[in-house]
Amino acid sequence: MNMLSEVDVEKKLYPAPDQPKAKMKGDNVSVFYGAKQALFGVSLDVPEKMVTALIGPSGCGKSTFLRCLNRMNDTISICRVTGNITLDNRDIYDPKIDVVQLRARIGMVFQKPNPFPKSIFENVAYGPRIHGLVKDKHHLDEIVEKSLQRAGLFTEVKDRLHESGTGLSGGQQQRLCIARAIAVSPEVILMDEPCSALDPIATAKVEELIDELRENYTIVIVTHSMQQAARVSQRTAMFHLGNIVEVGDTEMMFTSPTEKRTQDYITGRFG
Amino acid sequence: MTTAYFLILALLTVSWFLVGRQRASSIAGADPASLHSLPSYHGLFLAALICLPMILIFIVGAPLAERYIEARAFSGLDPATISDELGRSAVLRDIQSVLAGNYAGTATPELTTAASAYSSAASITSWLLLIAGIAAALVAAMFGFRLIGPEFRARNSVERLVKYILLACSAIAVLTTVGIVFSVVFETIQFFSKVNPIDFLFGLQWSPQTAIRADQVGSSGAFGIVPLVTGTLLITVIAIAVAGPLGLFAAIYMAEYASPRTRSIVKPILEILAGIPTVVLGFFAALTVAPFIRGSGESIGLSVSSESALAAGLVMGMMIIPFVSSLSDDVINAVPQSLRDGSYAMGATKSETIKKVILPAALPGIVSAFMLAISRAVGETMIVVMAAGLAANLTFNPLEAVTTFTVQIKTILVGDQEFDSAKTLSAFALGFVLFFFTLVLNFIALQIVKRYREQYD
Repeated sequence: MNMLSEVDVEKKLYPAPDQPKAKMKGDNVSVFYGAKQALFGVSLDVPEKMVTALIGPSGCGKSTFLRCLNRMNDTISICRVTGNITLDNRDIYDPKIDVVQLRARIGMVFQKPNPFPKSIFENVAYGPRIHGLVKDKHHLDEIVEKSLQRAGLFTEVKDRLHESGTGLSGGQQQRLCIARAIAVSPEVILMDEPCSALDPIATAKVEELIDELRENYTIVIVTHSMQQAARVSQRTAMFHLGNIVEVGDTEMMFTSPTEKRTQDYITGRFG
Repeated sequence: MTTAYFLILALLTVSWFLVGRQRASSIAGADPASLHSLPSYHGLFLAALICLPMILIFIVGAPLAERYIEARAFSGLDPATISDELGRSAVLRDIQSVLAGNYAGTATPELTTAASAYSSAASITSWLLLIAGIAAALVAAMFGFRLIGPEFRARNSVERLVKYILLACSAIAVLTTVGIVFSVVFETIQFFSKVNPIDFLFGLQWSPQTAIRADQVGSSGAFGIVPLVTGTLLITVIAIAVAGPLGLFAAIYMAEYASPRTRSIVKPILEILAGIPTVVLGFFAALTVAPFIRGSGESIGLSVSSESALAAGLVMGMMIIPFVSSLSDDVINAVPQSLRDGSYAMGATKSETIKKVILPAALPGIVSAFMLAISRAVGETMIVVMAAGLAANLTFNPLEAVTTFTVQIKTILVGDQEFDSAKTLSAFALGFVLFFFTLVLNFIALQIVKRYREQYD
């Protein structure tokens, strides 16, 4: 027990400040769309109750990796995933895992706001209903209200909960989608460029929200905006051509990246 | 002669297209960009200038020529034989058969004279028509030819012409519909002068045989459409009860569960079902399904008539499955993938997603698919004629023979009829009611589709 490995020694010597435990771990993950390989043995840890940003030029595989984390790639028939991804140290690709329950624990917010063409209330109530999380009508009202409040939307929509969710503005729709995702109390929330369809003011609101959500949820966000990654995330992973170029604390990544490609990308020299 | 006229028209059109194009190219010389319009537009412009006057002269001239020829032919004849429309057309038929050389019997000298007058007038007018057409076309073309130049906006003129051609096409479709509606409406009004509309709409007995002679018995002449309404509704309800669930579930399978390969095989096969002639489905209903229903009904002690609403409804349901499935499949596919992703990401299963997200989003489209299927079922004739019978029973029992609007229209109009009898005219009134009913259904379907377009996004 006294034998310390080199890594352990390093950790003792340079203890990361409050190094949190990894909520999810990807190990040697490769993804194939038919014959085309999109990810080449990527390994990445997602720390608990932090925001991890995935950055990189278009087509680099960051969205593909994100979609592996809640097995959304299962819905694409030609897609094949190899390697190992764990949630709380359990393999999520284990045949014994029910993908439906997995996705209840790992929520997702998409690039384009996609509220269901139902009322605002029904949009948020959707998840709790299908997962049987509600005892009665009163309880459901409570969950919906709380989720909308957490998503910072409640005051704006409280008088029109029964109007269509598609009638909201783009930014409100996206916050509605976030409320919908947190209504089932997931542990992890995946966000795939959640602000790319929003104007700067709506973007600022969503970013603020992400920062607040970090308290309770583990968040992974794919973004094309360097400023956004710098503003909202604590960890950043830089993807390029289906590989991870560099992973590190966001602050460090943006001030002193070790890789030249990262520096070039961050400063806008390519991508 | 008409053939020659249009051959020359085609020839002139093509040659002047080439002339116009050539002329424009040679004006442009080495610099094609110096022309406002491409050379082929100048060619098309000239071609249109040839075409339009020639067609116009034919449309105006041909009927005039016809009247002139007839007047010439009739001039030597006894006025008594051509005093009315019937006599005139009989004489014209005789003249034409004399000219063709197959007149039965020996032609009278007057008839022979009339025939020769007819043929000489015909040849004179057709030559005149041809010469006038060509002359007008050439004048127009020469005028157009002189317009060709770098500044001339042939492209814009051709564009305007295209617009008018398209407008004419849609006008023809609309006018035809209006014409049909009016002809039905006029006959219906005539019918209502013989039969009280209240009796027609609310009468409980349908028996359109009217007495031709005063001493005839058993021809009551009752025109109450209620039995036809119930018969039509009964068969339509059975048909939609078959086609609705089967078609919708088939559509859900094709759109959501089937692999693209399976779908590419299953969908065309289902659509073949829509291509089966209804007369074939009709004898399938009459010879296979109806006896089967009768047999199985009797084996459990039910009395089933050999022609039943059930048989007709079942087979009609089979017929309209493709309408429901194909249209529903299209609207389900039109639901954005992002909604599916959103639902799956919430941890919903496939059937939950379909039930709670996709079907509600596609509902208006599905409803309009049902509406179209229903109007198809309401208008269907052949299957009902063969499988459901002619007896206008006022019943809701699907095991009895019933009859529908379409079957009665067909029955009334088949065979020799007095055209102004209430019986014959009732067919038009039935047609009008049927038309009104499907119109309302189509209107509802269109309104729903309109709302559907604004649904998401």
